[in-house]
Amino acid sequence: MSAVRISLDDLTVTYERRPAVHHISGCFEAGSLTAIVGPNGAGKSTLIKAIAGTLKPAAGRVDRGSLALHNVGYLPQAAEIDRSFPLNVADTVIMGAWRSIGAFRGVSREQARQAQEALLAVGLEGFERRSVGSLSAGQFQRVLFARLLMQNAAVILLDEPFTAIDARTTQDLLKLIRDWHGQGRTVIAVLHDIDQVRKHFPNTLLMAREAIAWGDTDTVLHADNLRRARNMAEYWSDDATPCAMNEEQQS
Amino acid sequence: MMIYQTLIQPFVEFGFMRRALIACLALGIGSGPVGVLLMLRRMSLVGDAMSHAVLPGAAVGFLFAGLSLPAMGFGGLIAGLLVALLSGLVSRFTSLREDASFASFYLTSLAAGVLIVSLHGSSVDLLHVLFGTILAIDNPAIFMVGGIASFTLIVLALIYRPLVLECFDPGFLRAVGGSGSLYHVLFLLLVVLNLVAGFQALGTLMAVGMMIIPATVSRFWATSLSALMIISTLVATLSGFIGLIVSFHAGVASGPAIVLTASAFYVFSLLFGRSGIVRRLFPKAHLAH
Repeated sequence: MSAVRISLDDLTVTYERRPAVHHISGCFEAGSLTAIVGPNGAGKSTLIKAIAGTLKPAAGRVDRGSLALHNVGYLPQAAEIDRSFPLNVADTVIMGAWRSIGAFRGVSREQARQAQEALLAVGLEGFERRSVGSLSAGQFQRVLFARLLMQNAAVILLDEPFTAIDARTTQDLLKLIRDWHGQGRTVIAVLHDIDQVRKHFPNTLLMAREAIAWGDTDTVLHADNLRRARNMAEYWSDDATPCAMNEEQQS
Repeated sequence: MMIYQTLIQPFVEFGFMRRALIACLALGIGSGPVGVLLMLRRMSLVGDAMSHAVLPGAAVGFLFAGLSLPAMGFGGLIAGLLVALLSGLVSRFTSLREDASFASFYLTSLAAGVLIVSLHGSSVDLLHVLFGTILAIDNPAIFMVGGIASFTLIVLALIYRPLVLECFDPGFLRAVGGSGSLYHVLFLLLVVLNLVAGFQALGTLMAVGMMIIPATVSRFWATSLSALMIISTLVATLSGFIGLIVSFHAGVASGPAIVLTASAFYVFSLLFGRSGIVRRLFPKAHLAH
């Protein structure tokens, strides 16, 4: 697995002209394991989407080096997936091979075997024919992790992977994340549980639209920083005035 | 003998019944799978709105060429696509949700359509446009409906995988580099085409019935996508067949007859389907350990 470094260069992403991610610069080192932490509305999901390439930056850029965009494994928030859709577990996992099968090509025997192995790795052996609607939230999250395994991507982006997930599943999935880290993949996860971050994630980006602190987890998750993040979020939740730095760039 | 007279003889005896039957079968084959996807995308009401939106275009076609399906169909296609596109744009650039903008667009176009037809035609013409008339299905009409059904199946086969993915997990499709909006637009095109195909037999007000009701019925019986599509297609074609027979013997308009037949399937499934009311009220005892 060739490691990939992702750097943000003065990145700004806006929703309806209000900045959700504001002038963030820095980098996720190749093979690093980073948690993104911050209050609600801090722009964490927006940042993840910008890195995944599904949102266009309003200013600045995301530098993925030589990495093809499709070589990013992205786990969206659970709410964005229609779980009532009549699809079975095996088909969902196989979709992880999209990069090679695309819209038209058939699934090879080898890929079917890999999907099988992925299900085994997340502890869902024998669930192939079950419909995703019949799974519990934890089981479904395991399916999505199996799909990530199937994608075999150099960069893995997880948006709140453990929200509403039971402790046992969380532990199992954290182990997969540690494995990915061990294999030299660059992993970035949006998380809410500070203790979990302290325990499992070496690096942290604390943000509230802007980066409050970025680096070594113990240094970043300092009480002062956390308080600042909370204040920033409240300050920004007012209808923000247009950003002076943006105006300059546009003129 | 009774059965032969009731079910088969009308089609042997009358050319217009044969043509209507072929049109209904083709319609069911196209609308069945499209309806299932429409339902799964939670766009049932959007489909309803679009069928009404077809009306003013059909009315303009009617102005120029009378009750000719290709002319009215072409007009309806343009109008339907225009409304689909405009409401998509409106919902993208304003804070209105898509369903709200669809509702306002279709009310406008329904009013405009009725006005145009009633200005230049009799109330019988208006009834035909609104509720369909099997008598007017001629050979060009059959070719059109058959062509649309074939086109629908081919396009669905081509975009099936990305379309399913776009329904299920749009964020993932975007992340792996698929263009979700492309498939969405292609799908909307199929919906409008099938509505245009449907409105001759069913009328603009009922055209969507052949899509939505069979799809809803299938939800009571199956859980996999392919089974849903097969059941929906079967129900749609059967409703067409039974509805035509009822319409013939009872002398009622074909559109309502076909849609009501589909509704009968719906009520039956609602009561006795695998996830229907009876099963829910009287569940089997769960397995003892």
